[in-house]
Amino acid sequence: MYVYNDFDDAFVRERVAQFRAQVDRRIDGSLTEDEFRPLRLMNGLYLQLHAYMLRVAIPYGTLNPSQMRQLAMIADRWDKGYGHWTTRQNIQYNWPKLADVPDMLAALADVGMHAIQTSGNTIRNVTADHFAGAAADEIEDPRPVAELLRQWSTDHPEFQFLPRKFKIAVTGSPNDRAVPKAHDIGLRMITRAGEHGFEVIVGGGLGRTPMIGKVIRDFLPKADLLPYCEAIVSVYNVLGRRDNKYKARIKITVFENGLDTFRDLVEAKFLDTRAGFTGVDQEILVGIEAQFAPPPFRAASPGGYEAARLANPAFRSWTDTNLSAHKAPGYAIVSVSIKKHGATPGDCSSVQMRVLADLAETYGHSELIISHEQNVILPHVHISDLLAVYQTLRSVDLATANIGLISDIIACPGMDYCALATARSIPIAQEIAIRFDELKLEHEVGPLKIKISGCINACGHHHVGHIGILGLDRAGVENYQITLGGDHTETAVIGERAGPGFSAVEIVPAIERLVLGYLDLRLHAEETFIDTFRRIGMDPFKAVLYPALEKSDAA
Amino acid sequence: MARNFTPKVVTGNALLEGDAVWLTEADTWTRDMHQAELIDDEAHADIRLLFGAAQRNTVVGVYLVDAKPGPHGPEPVHFREEFRSRGPSNYAHGKQVEL
Repeated sequence: MYVYNDFDDAFVRERVAQFRAQVDRRIDGSLTEDEFRPLRLMNGLYLQLHAYMLRVAIPYGTLNPSQMRQLAMIADRWDKGYGHWTTRQNIQYNWPKLADVPDMLAALADVGMHAIQTSGNTIRNVTADHFAGAAADEIEDPRPVAELLRQWSTDHPEFQFLPRKFKIAVTGSPNDRAVPKAHDIGLRMITRAGEHGFEVIVGGGLGRTPMIGKVIRDFLPKADLLPYCEAIVSVYNVLGRRDNKYKARIKITVFENGLDTFRDLVEAKFLDTRAGFTGVDQEILVGIEAQFAPPPFRAASPGGYEAARLANPAFRSWTDTNLSAHKAPGYAIVSVSIKKHGATPGDCSSVQMRVLADLAETYGHSELIISHEQNVILPHVHISDLLAVYQTLRSVDLATANIGLISDIIACPGMDYCALATARSIPIAQEIAIRFDELKLEHEVGPLKIKISGCINACGHHHVGHIGILGLDRAGVENYQITLGGDHTETAVIGERAGPGFSAVEIVPAIERLVLGYLDLRLHAEETFIDTFRRIGMDPFKAVLYPALEKSDAA
Repeated sequence: MARNFTPKVVTGNALLEGDAVWLTEADTWTRDMHQAELIDDEAHADIRLLFGAAQRNTVVGVYLVDAKPGPHGPEPVHFREEFRSRGPSNYAHGKQVEL
């Protein structure tokens, strides 16, 4: 894992000192709110419905145990004992006091972390595949280039005032878990004639105008990554619309100018940027790659793993749902569900954070990855240790066996916290999870992604959920629209709106009708919800969702 | 007679704590919406908004919002203001326990 060098350390500490002085000047009245707001946003500090919110970047989702323990300490000392994992691999603290924030940032700097560029019209936290460095299908660990992008984009003098925010995601596998097609720049590692490089995707994004990104370069050699990204962002910086906030994202720039025109401009700019890079970036990358060398995997027997699975049905169920294939023999990737039925998706207590840190240290080669699906990954666990890991997780309510199932819901904070939200998300997620737990149906239903956003900005990725739920304000009442058929993977698709929305009391029964209807519609138990939708289309699902409408049509 | 005016309160967020506060008749800020001044005149509302917005080093993001009279004082009309006056629905945090 990457460890800050003296330059990184000096930079974040200088920013903390600057921000401390800015907070002091705000509190003593020498800065107005209009002057202070951009300064606090540059440091990840928002003002929400009930309190300030500090958004801390977790670059490419990766944490070491000391960082996780520090996040727990910050939660206890300056917040309410928990943090919220977000869909962009950040952690949000919901209750900081203004005067405490510089101390929180200093505590982050102590473990090589910061909240810089987690807001504002800048290049945001660079996200990556949450199975990075572990996945069996991986070509190469995407995190070294993600770290290189972090260093390049942090405080980049040309890109501090972009037309709008800018998000980059990187994946090192053909099976895409980082949603690069819904990012401003998505990078998908591929090989060509034995050489590693990237398929470069541009202009994807969810929000008000959802768009699947387009391939601007089908193969970019790894060495050209920074100059090419710099060319894309430079062209966008000039061409992007600053006259209309809703048309300012690169997806609109690409759409309005056309991919071919945009590509020509980028390729022309790339000739300049390529010449400007002297190769120092590649020297730095070599150093970063060395820090991401795979841990020393053990060759050991599985021990009593199979016997424990046979003897303990709850453990067996957890291993069935929460493990993924690891590249090293004898190892598994553990997804720790932060989605206990009825709990707030992505909320993690300081006690749980410390247990996760201990587990990573004892059994997981000291690595933790936060997923955009708001779970925590222990990427490298030997299967002989799985029972011990499971038992420890169980002791702190972290052993829910529901990864990829209906209760593994992505939900944004919604109107319970967020000042931009138009409706609540969290209670809907809680109720759906509780209802399907009561029905004891979620294992029978199988893989199903429900994603909920509390406003059109789509932090909850509802457009790419198999079932997407969007909370809106309809004439002063919370109203929930359903989209179906979205896909967040390499075959990304924006979901289709099913029809009129549902009130807060109607939405959970509507989801229940939909899922029970799917069980009747599927050909066999192995046909997943999304496969069934792809086979038969919207109409049969619509009939299930709106039985009254169907009747009146028939009459 | 002036045209119909929906009663309003002046509200914002406290600079230091960030939580929701409301302007009282006594020119102070309260964390309990019931203690707020319910304004039923448009011209007076504008004056109170200007007064509230001028408290730049105490309160930020000051705005006028619809409210209605209740047995204990002004009450929210829109659900967003209801959440602001109460706190989040997933935990007993915020005003539901602090007041």
